Amino acid sequence: MGIEYLYPEFEVHRNFDRCIKCRVCERQCSEGVHFYDAEDDIMRADESKCVDCQRCVTMCPTRALKIVKTENTFRPNHNWHQDTIEEIYRQATSGGALLSSMGNPKDYPSYWDRILLNASQVTNPSIDPLREPMETKVFLGKKPHDLEFDSHGEVISKLPPQIELELPVMFSAMSFGALSENAHKSLARAATACGTCYNTGEGGLNKSLYPYGPNTIVQVASGRFGVHEDYLKAGCAIEIKMGQGAKPGIGGHLPGRKIGPKVAETRMIPEGSDAISPAPHHDIYSIEDLRQLVYSLKEATNYEKPVIVKIAAVHNVAAIASGIARSGADIIAIDGFRGGTGAAPTRIRDNVGIPIELALAAVDQRLRDEKIRNDISIVVGGSIRSSADVVKAIALGADACYIGTAALIALGCHLCRQCQRGLCNWGIATQREDLCRRLNPDIGTEHLINLLTAWNNEIKEMMGGMGINSIEALRGNRLMLRGVGMTEKELEILGIKHAGE
Amino acid sequence: MKIDASNKYYKQLNKEIKHVQTRDITVKNVLGQRYIGTGVKDKKLTLYGTPGNGMGAYLDHTDIEVFGNVQDAVGDTMNEGDIIVHGKAGDTLGYAMRGGRIYVQGDAGYRVGIHMKAYKNKQPEIVIGGCVGSFLGEYQAGGTILVLGIGAQDTMPIGNYCGTGMHGGDMYIRSAFKPDFLPPQVSIELCDSKDMAKIQPMIDRFCTYFDVKEDILRDKPYYHIFPNADNPYKSLYTTY
Repeated sequence: MGIEYLYPEFEVHRNFDRCIKCRVCERQCSEGVHFYDAEDDIMRADESKCVDCQRCVTMCPTRALKIVKTENTFRPNHNWHQDTIEEIYRQATSGGALLSSMGNPKDYPSYWDRILLNASQVTNPSIDPLREPMETKVFLGKKPHDLEFDSHGEVISKLPPQIELELPVMFSAMSFGALSENAHKSLARAATACGTCYNTGEGGLNKSLYPYGPNTIVQVASGRFGVHEDYLKAGCAIEIKMGQGAKPGIGGHLPGRKIGPKVAETRMIPEGSDAISPAPHHDIYSIEDLRQLVYSLKEATNYEKPVIVKIAAVHNVAAIASGIARSGADIIAIDGFRGGTGAAPTRIRDNVGIPIELALAAVDQRLRDEKIRNDISIVVGGSIRSSADVVKAIALGADACYIGTAALIALGCHLCRQCQRGLCNWGIATQREDLCRRLNPDIGTEHLINLLTAWNNEIKEMMGGMGINSIEALRGNRLMLRGVGMTEKELEILGIKHAGE
Repeated sequence: MKIDASNKYYKQLNKEIKHVQTRDITVKNVLGQRYIGTGVKDKKLTLYGTPGNGMGAYLDHTDIEVFGNVQDAVGDTMNEGDIIVHGKAGDTLGYAMRGGRIYVQGDAGYRVGIHMKAYKNKQPEIVIGGCVGSFLGEYQAGGTILVLGIGAQDTMPIGNYCGTGMHGGDMYIRSAFKPDFLPPQVSIELCDSKDMAKIQPMIDRFCTYFDVKEDILRDKPYYHIFPNADNPYKSLYTTY
């Protein structure tokens, strides 16, 4: 053994007093960790294969299992962390660029966690959402600069197309192919039940999900998989994917082994062929080119669907957003550097892009300064982890939020970050039939509905506490926010005061 | 049905085209109007003049014949239908097209047929009578591109970086010189009789559409460019 030997990261602790050798763990583990040793009549484990997905722990009927991070360590070093050293071993022995999944796990600051919300006391009564009507409905799309009315007071101005949402939370783009069919089904059904939207991602839309069209955002990415006229007309809006927070400036590659019959049919490519999304759209090298694509989509759908342009939050995001607002897009979606992914080069995921909080504040301010904020709605994603993050995002200027990782966690994801392997033990990020069956779409739908319902109630409670009864009155209301432990510059970019001011 | 496009903004013109009931529509005096044929099903459009960018984007079961040159992004992501151009074409012709045929009598610009695909019975074709610019058939995943190179005397009929990232489909180039500087993902061979039989129907269609004598296309060899099975587009990654 040379440097290619890496001591297993996790240990399987089995309480043999509790283990009844039922072999559930063995059947549940797609990684092949557990096995029965008939000679010694005992369950054993090869922990080198363990990814800490917690499936065996959850399914063990006698609570005999737990997964523990190993105590085996290299000599501690604050500069050369064990992870860093091991990554070099991996690369020295494979020659490969590192690839991993889900959002950036590194210890960068979370600005959500340094922003606090206001509440009313004495002079401005708070509102109890149980006894007062609270409005969390939002409309996404261009807003007219003025309205005309007829003699009866009816609006006669023609409104640009809008997406109507019962709450300011949507499920972000995750493709069929990266996700299982049951995961997609759960997202579609829950979005419909809650009056919000899910997003097909760039993998097309299976015909079986067309009935959920009014709550579906269809995506057009550089690979144009599954994009055709009926697809464009099937959803309530069209999203052009220019970038993704987990991998700004990088394309995608769904390997042929994940392209089974149904994924092939949905993407409209041959079974088993690689699905490659080039890094840029090769017909978009400027805002003018983007405008051309935006209007070709509008023309194809008779100007009835809002067009979203999704970008990753990068250094010049405010100027880019200004260009997008002028491209004719109705909505801009910005994905922060912590956004999730089914697979991204590790170095890109962990080092490229900027926090969504700063990007959002900068974009909202820029669009206001240029007096074009009403021309476009802002949707933000990239690690929205709770309803509090949603409320803070709205107060910073967002119209709505996208959640991806949080939705997958509601479906059972334990963030083991091995999506790229296609062996998801929770039936979410896999195409293997037996694993897909583990995610019951009825239960998945219910969990997602529960999550959105709970968040919506929490949003109302927080709004009520601030004395605000309409989400419209919260949007861009930065007086409701205070920072803690931030520098002058950070506060200046976020456009908020420090706590105590 | 005849439409005069003079002084009409593209939205107005396309609206008129969409509202016509008959299948055959002739549009005269086209001058830069974008997205003609987009969102139009089961029609046969005959255009005189110069259509603007994005002609036939997402085209589905509509045929377009143009007497004039076309500009950029023609046939973007088209699904089904024939586009015949009696003239030249601009950049990104047939980007990500999945079905149908595009025939151009003259030259075409950069990035022709990028990310062209095929799916089941949809086997798209792009045939360029003249020469093309760089980046022909990058990321090609399916379908067939044929460049006839008419007019290329002592020059290569294709530009640089042809077929980078190609992982499906076929390209055929009629050329006095063997295309060189190809990326490692592709292989190149002189066409044999089997290859020629495969592209013969495309040559026949080209000759019919543009009234070209087929014997003028027999003086130079044809080369076949296809994905290199020994060096496929593969992942460069190590997962953990």
